[in-house]
Amino acid sequence: MAGTPEKPGKRHALGTRIWHWVNALSVIILFMSGLNISNGHRRLYWGDWGFAPEHAWLTVPRFPDWATIPGYYSLAAARDWHVLFAWVFAVGLLVFMISAIRNGHFRRDLFTRLAEWRPANIWRDIRAHLKLKFEHEGAKFNFLQKLAYSKVIFLLLPLMIFSGMVMSPGMEAAWPWLTELFGGRQSARSIHFICAWLLFAFFVVHILLVLLSGPARQLADMITGGREDEAA
Amino acid sequence: MKRRNFLVGIGAAFLAGCKEIGDSKWFEALVDTAEGWHRGIHRSLGVGRIPMAPEYERADISPFFRGNGSLTVDTDEYRAALAAGFPDWRLEVTGMVDTPLSLSLEDIRDLPQRTQITRHDCVEGWSAIGEWTGPQLSDILAMAGVQEGAQFAVFTCADNLNGQDYYESCDMDDAMHPQTIVAHMLNGEVLPEINGAPLRLRLERQLGYKHPKYLTGVRLVASLDDIAGGKGGYWEDRGGYQWYAGI
Repeated sequence: MAGTPEKPGKRHALGTRIWHWVNALSVIILFMSGLNISNGHRRLYWGDWGFAPEHAWLTVPRFPDWATIPGYYSLAAARDWHVLFAWVFAVGLLVFMISAIRNGHFRRDLFTRLAEWRPANIWRDIRAHLKLKFEHEGAKFNFLQKLAYSKVIFLLLPLMIFSGMVMSPGMEAAWPWLTELFGGRQSARSIHFICAWLLFAFFVVHILLVLLSGPARQLADMITGGREDEAA
Repeated sequence: MKRRNFLVGIGAAFLAGCKEIGDSKWFEALVDTAEGWHRGIHRSLGVGRIPMAPEYERADISPFFRGNGSLTVDTDEYRAALAAGFPDWRLEVTGMVDTPLSLSLEDIRDLPQRTQITRHDCVEGWSAIGEWTGPQLSDILAMAGVQEGAQFAVFTCADNLNGQDYYESCDMDDAMHPQTIVAHMLNGEVLPEINGAPLRLRLERQLGYKHPKYLTGVRLVASLDDIAGGKGGYWEDRGGYQWYAGI
């Protein structure tokens, strides 16, 4: 997964492709084992503590077995999957970030320019999406893509990692400031849950857009790398 | 319709694959290895200081401290002892110690006390904050004299859950930790029945199932292999929970 210098011309760098699939697998496993863990205690709270219905801000539905890993209620087995793939997820993200800084992917493709924030540009982009027009010249990603991908990579995924770490009492003893940053363990647990569903929402939109914009080629490009001159 | 069947098929295959992997020996070995990494990382991230669980103010204490798991010891002896204030309750300190001890509640109350307001996190996900008072386990173990080669402290309990006696264990690092106390009070009162009267171990850097209630003994051992199911605790033997519950 090293950021080996890529010959120019590939649409997706090798590091990006490897991370994409490793990350996809680990996020799916984390999400589904997370739903199993959620079934262990289906209430969410703010602050440091909470255990009873009157402390809760949300009672979560019970997630069906077909949506969970393992496919039956087992807090122990779900936690095994969850904390194991948390390593794959976190280390994968770190290595990807280092490689994307080194090969310029973040700077070139993901950071928005000031000019892109002009309302006219944003509006044009929204209209193009609504008309399901995905051809765009120049930059690899349009404004909304940059916004979505960068929010996921720099905000949601790190938030998942850090809010997850806060929930570990052993970790908390080492880094108590992290818990305070999140406003308490139960707040971190709520944030973990909210971010998980925001990621799910991203996942749905992402899959939908891939399906609408030539799924066979999109999929092939994310495996072989594709060619730079292909727009999308 | 075909595409839908295809997707359902992929989903089912994925879940079946997960089950296959989850049941395999190598997956179990991998999970156990990760458990060791977590413990090592948690301990080493505190560089230069002992990692301590956060302690709170009185104002943060939960109005009621939830009881979970065993809520009593279902024997006539226990009920009689509870009514009488546990005059004959003993904490036996045995195993790899120079001088085995048999401490009464009075002995335990006479030792130097530590009071700590800490948060209790259940593996299920909920938390409660309470103020616990009792002697440090390290003081008790120092009285008994820890022998070389002792690797684990095993905690025996009076409660029987689903036909098996509850027990737990921790490494010596946790056993000697300043916040590891044998609590006989909760929120300034005698420890309530649902919370483990008369004695409950507090192991603050780990999840709730590592805080055994109705404590009757502490035994120092070199290995957990020959104790009950060999995994170091009731839930570890029975439900497959991880022995290191710092995560």
